[in-house]
Amino acid sequence: MAEYQNIFSRVVIHGPVYAGVPVPGGWRAGRGSHRTLLGRIGDTQIGPIYLGLTGVASLLCGFIAIEIIGLNMLASVHWSPIQFVRQLPWLALEPPPPSYGLRLPPLAQGGWWLMAGFFLTMAILLWWVRMYRRARALGMGTHVPWAFASAIWLYLVLGFIRPLLMGSWGEAVPFGIFPHLDWTAAFSLRYGNLFYNPFHALSIAFLYGSALLFAMHAGTILAVSRFGGDREVEQIVDRGTAAERGALFWRWTMGFNATMESIHRWAWWFAVLCPLVGGIGILLTGTVVDNWYLWAVKHGVAPVYPHLFPAVADPAAATGAAP
Amino acid sequence: MNHRHSTLVLLLAALTVLFAACERPRPLVEQRGYRGLGIEENRNPRTLARQVAANAPPAVIPALPAGDAPRAADVYQNVQVLRDLSLPEFTRVMLAITAWVAPPDQSCGYCHEGEMSADTRYTKRVARRMLSMVRDVNSHWQSHVGATGVTCYTCHRGQPVPAEVWFTGVPAVPHGLLGDRAGQNAPALAAGMSSLPTDPLTPFLVEGRSIRVGSATALPTGDRHSIKETEWTYAFMMNISQSLGVNCTYCHNSRAFRDWDQSNPARAKAWYGIQMARTLNHDYLLPLADTFPANRKGPAGDVAKIGCATCHQGVYKPLFGEQMAKEYPELQGDRTPPPAPAAEPAPAAAATASTR
Repeated sequence: MAEYQNIFSRVVIHGPVYAGVPVPGGWRAGRGSHRTLLGRIGDTQIGPIYLGLTGVASLLCGFIAIEIIGLNMLASVHWSPIQFVRQLPWLALEPPPPSYGLRLPPLAQGGWWLMAGFFLTMAILLWWVRMYRRARALGMGTHVPWAFASAIWLYLVLGFIRPLLMGSWGEAVPFGIFPHLDWTAAFSLRYGNLFYNPFHALSIAFLYGSALLFAMHAGTILAVSRFGGDREVEQIVDRGTAAERGALFWRWTMGFNATMESIHRWAWWFAVLCPLVGGIGILLTGTVVDNWYLWAVKHGVAPVYPHLFPAVADPAAATGAAP
Repeated sequence: MNHRHSTLVLLLAALTVLFAACERPRPLVEQRGYRGLGIEENRNPRTLARQVAANAPPAVIPALPAGDAPRAADVYQNVQVLRDLSLPEFTRVMLAITAWVAPPDQSCGYCHEGEMSADTRYTKRVARRMLSMVRDVNSHWQSHVGATGVTCYTCHRGQPVPAEVWFTGVPAVPHGLLGDRAGQNAPALAAGMSSLPTDPLTPFLVEGRSIRVGSATALPTGDRHSIKETEWTYAFMMNISQSLGVNCTYCHNSRAFRDWDQSNPARAKAWYGIQMARTLNHDYLLPLADTFPANRKGPAGDVAKIGCATCHQGVYKPLFGEQMAKEYPELQGDRTPPPAPAAEPAPAAAATASTR
C-alpha cells in the first residue's frame, strides 16, 4: 500500500555522483564525491566545481586583497605570528589620512588600503558577474545576483561612492575587526546620531523583518511538511491540505496569510531592501545631512524630554576659551 | 553515551563563553536623568567597596600651636613658595609631604641632602613646583575642584610618583612600506582597550586640539571634521570615562552628545577639568623637562603629565569627594600680597566660574 514519504528527513542519501542538468559550456573541475557530514546540513555531494574565467579572476583578486590586508596587519605587529593572533581583532589596514583628499597617498599611508580596496571590489564584482552568468546559463531567473548586488551597493557606498562625494578617501571604512566597529560608532558620533536617520531606521526594520519572515516561513513549512508542505512549489499551483493548514494557521493567529508563492517575494524584498535603504542612508550622511539629530529636531520627529537639572551652558561660549 | 558527553561538554563551554563577562551581584543602578532614557550609572557593589576602602583619606596631620611664631622664610634659607607660612605651618607642610609623597625609608632625605636649604636633589626642585601647583589649583581652579580642593595626597597616595601619570606614546614606526597603524589599531590601554587611537591625551591635554567634532547644523555648511578626528575625540572621551569610572551619560545625553542643553552639569565641571589639566601640564609639568632625570621620563623622553586619572583614579570624585584640602589652609594659596607687579593673571576660566 502506498504510503506518504516526507522528503524532510534525517536520512542521509548516498547515490551516484550526478553532474546535474546538461548546460552548454559548463566545464567543471573534478568529478564530485559524497560527504556524510555535509548531509547533516545539506546535500551530501560536493563538486564538481565550476569556476570559469570570472571565478578564477575573482578568487585571484580576493587572494591579493586578503594578502595586502593580512601582510600589513602582520607587519604592524613586527611580523610576530603570536602577536598577530593575540591582537588580530584590533589590527587593521587604515584608509589614508583625510589630508590626502582623493589624491593617491604613499603606500604606507593608505596606498595599500586603496590597493586592497580595488582588488576586493574587483573580486566581488567578478563574483557577481559569475553568479549572473551561471544563473542565465541554467535558464534561471536572476534573483540571487540582484540580491547580491544590493549588498554590493552598500559596500560600494561605504568604501567608494560616499568617499568620492565627500572628496576624501579618509572617510572610508578601515579593514579590521574592531576598527571597523569603532569607525561605525565614530560615524554616528560625527554625524549627530544615526538613530535619527530614517533610512537607517528602515534598514533595521528590514533586517529584523527578514529574520522574522525567515522564522515564520521556515517554521510554517517544517510544521506542515507532514502534510506535504515541504513540496512548496507543487503547493503553489496545486494547493493541498498543507497549504490550507498553514494559511489558516496565520489567518487564525494574525488575520492574514501570505501564499506559498508570495512569502518568497516578501522574504526576497525584505532582504534586498535592508542593504538598499541602508546604503541610501549612508550616502545621504555628510553629503546631504550633516547632523541627523538636528535634522530630526527640524522636522519635529525628535521628542523633547523634561529637564531634571538646572540648564547647562557651554563654558567655552561663556569664557571665550578654545573648546 | 560518548555522544551525550560531548554534547554536554559543548553546552558547558557555550554557557561559559556566554556568561564569561557577567558580573555578580546585580549592579547598583543610579538614575541620573529623565526616566526611560538610560541616563544612569551602574556600579558593582564589590568594586565600589574596594574603591571606598582604597580612597579613604589619611588621618589629618594635627596643626602645631602657632602662638607668636616667626615666618618660616625668616628662619630658613631659600624658602621660595611657602613664604607666607609661619614656622609651625611650614613644619606641618613638610611633615605632610613626607607622609604623603616620600618613600618611608628615605623620609626627609628623599628631597633634602646635607644642608636643608640646598637644591641639589631634583626631587626638591620638583616638589617646589608641585607645591606652587597645588596652591594654584586651590586658588584659581575652583571651577573644577570646587570646595573639595587638592592636596599632594590627591595624586600621590603615599607614592613618590603618582600611579596615574601619563607619557606621550611612541608612534609605532612602520617597517618600510607596510604596517602603519595610524596611531591606532592596537589594544588602547588609555581608551578602554578599544582599537581607537592609543595616545588620546597628547593632542588634547598638551596640544590643545579641538575636541568638538559633531556638526552644529542639520545640513552641511562646510564643517570638515572627519571621522578619523572623531575617533581621536572618542578615544579621549573613553579615557575620561575610565579615569572617572563612569558612563558616557554621566555628562552627556547620548542621543545628542554635543548638545549642552541636554547635558548633565557634570559636563561643565569636566570641561573646566580638561582646561585645568592642559594648563597645569604647560605651566608646571612640561617646564620640568630639564629637572627630571632620564629614568623618570617616558619612552619618548617626555616628562610625566597630568590626566583625569591622575587625581580621579577611577572614581567620579577624587577620594569620593572627601574635602581633605580644607584641613590644610597652608595649601590653599599664597596669603601674602605678591611683592611687585609680578602678579599672576588669573585664568579666564576661574574668573567666570560663578556665571555658570
